Amino acid sequence: MDLLATLRIALRALRVNKLRSILTMLGIIIGVGAVITMIAVGGGAQARVEEQIKSLGSNLMIIIPGSTTSGGVRLGGSSAQTLTEDDAWAITREVHEVQSSAPSSRGSGQIVAGNSNWSTVIYGVTPEYLEVRDWPIVSGRGFEPQEMTGAGKVALIGQSVAKQLFGDIDPVDQQVRVRKVPFTIVGVLDKKGQSMMGTDQDDVILVPLTTARNRLFGSPQGKLRRVGVISVKVRDGQKMKDAEDRIRELMRQRHKLQQGAEDDFTIRNLTEILQAQEASSKVLTLLLAAVASVSLLVGGIGIMNIMLVSVTERTREIGLRMAVGARAGDILKQFLVEAVTLSLIGGLLGIALGLGGSLAIGQFAGWRTSLSAASVVLAVGFAAAIGIFFGFYPARKASRLLPIEALRYE
Amino acid sequence: MSPNQDATRVRTNMPEALIETAGLVKEYLVGEQTVAALRGVSVSIQNGEFVAVMGPSGSGKSTFMNLIGCLDSPTRGDYMLAGERISALSGDALAAIRNKRIGFVFQQFNLLPRTNALDNVELPLLYAGVPAAERHQRAKKRLVEVGLADRMRHHPAQLSGGQQQRVAIARALVNDPVLILADEPTGALDSRTSLEVMGLLQQLNRDGMTVVIVTHEHDIAAFARRNIHFRDGLVLEDHPVQKINDAEAMLAHAATPVMAA
Repeated sequence: MDLLATLRIALRALRVNKLRSILTMLGIIIGVGAVITMIAVGGGAQARVEEQIKSLGSNLMIIIPGSTTSGGVRLGGSSAQTLTEDDAWAITREVHEVQSSAPSSRGSGQIVAGNSNWSTVIYGVTPEYLEVRDWPIVSGRGFEPQEMTGAGKVALIGQSVAKQLFGDIDPVDQQVRVRKVPFTIVGVLDKKGQSMMGTDQDDVILVPLTTARNRLFGSPQGKLRRVGVISVKVRDGQKMKDAEDRIRELMRQRHKLQQGAEDDFTIRNLTEILQAQEASSKVLTLLLAAVASVSLLVGGIGIMNIMLVSVTERTREIGLRMAVGARAGDILKQFLVEAVTLSLIGGLLGIALGLGGSLAIGQFAGWRTSLSAASVVLAVGFAAAIGIFFGFYPARKASRLLPIEALRYE
Repeated sequence: MSPNQDATRVRTNMPEALIETAGLVKEYLVGEQTVAALRGVSVSIQNGEFVAVMGPSGSGKSTFMNLIGCLDSPTRGDYMLAGERISALSGDALAAIRNKRIGFVFQQFNLLPRTNALDNVELPLLYAGVPAAERHQRAKKRLVEVGLADRMRHHPAQLSGGQQQRVAIARALVNDPVLILADEPTGALDSRTSLEVMGLLQQLNRDGMTVVIVTHEHDIAAFARRNIHFRDGLVLEDHPVQKINDAEAMLAHAATPVMAA
């Protein structure tokens, strides 16, 4: 008997008991919907972390000044300006695991463009900074060497600043005043989104390090070429841990720290922190999916239950089909197709529920959800497998009926 | 109704007995005890016969029917259908025999509910693997033959008992069987529709079809040409019918509808 005819028979049988079929399907609908929604929620969390890793720049480490003790008083982290520009160049030069390292200093201030103004974060950077942060320029250009050495009054701005100050106008070549110093905007940076701490990374203006030091942040840092942060990008394929050890060793040497003395700097392996977060969000996704799968399993048991009832109710029909020539295999196939049809229709409706559910969660809970084709395929495949698994026992029971006994069944 | 060409050909090609049983025994295990429903039945039925199997309940007539209908296997003994040894066949082989060689008519019609007449008649063809277009065409032809050309899309619930039984007969015929087995075919019908159904079976038999019915009513058995009486699992009597009832003549004679039996 061909599959199409079997399918027609199955659909007819399911139509006869509409309410019952729908209630049975509900188990699968909810199960599949839950699996898809939960995977979407977990996937959303994962995607968010992945995006943060990407926006941070891959294989990134930052070195910040450490704690200092001054006259018996321990001061907190970053209380001293212990890092210098030369530390950064030394790291690039002497630690072969490092691809690039970028010194930067940070301040804040008001930017005025025409009659609009905006307070933002000002970074004094070198061209290496953009490489380390994997941060392309979308329009305009970067800093020229003579602008670096000559403390040129040029700036790169982030997307948020561009929007706040210029709206839809192209900011390149526009004049702005940063802390009352006139600057020319030479380029606009690509969008980076939120940082892992939730701050807007696009709300930023970059100026040459020398310019920041000489014209914006004042002199104390000037002579010693102090910097606030050194960002380090480790080469692909190199172990972050090895690079960290080598950098620590080098920095201790350069800062002439005695054996046993505390580091006057702190190395933060940001990529590693995010990777740990990513791993935990993967576990979360798995856990959510596993819990949702339980409801799918319960749905499957519902199918088995109703199929057993159906086989009993239709014993005479089975007897008749056998009398007119149905083989045991035909009967098996018929009930199996019925169970799978039930679970597949349930699965398809479950996809709709899952899509709706993830959108609703995204909308009302404000959580980020990420739907993946794989989760849909997985859920439907799982639904079909459940139909086969839980449909098999009732179907086999039907196929093993003896024709005369089935025909006589009251 | 047109002459049944296929059945005629079967009769001329196969001169040997259509049904040949030798010492057929069927025993059931009821708890610890073995109960014999048939205790050695040897019967021979030729092509083109119209046989009524009779007997009180428990006589073994239904068991005999199930065995020759390949719905059940004998405990001992031999059964040959159209020259083929049935006793040793597997379940799937029996299903194929039931599908291609035998047409069943039941007391309760046994039509699929909520399924129209045409689909019901197509059922055996479905299991024979006949393509859809041919299924429709052959099923339609049979429904026309039993006089239900205008009822093809009706569901069993929308048909009278007599019409339902005619659908069942069309279903029995659709695979061009060599044998029609009818188990109390008029048991659920009033006397007038019983006449119609018996008339149809007589017509089929006149066209060459071998028909075996099981009944406990003597006036129904009188439509057959030969009666076999069962008692206690054995054949008690086996004789030709002296005065055969002619259903068509009786229908024509009955000017007013007969009251329900």
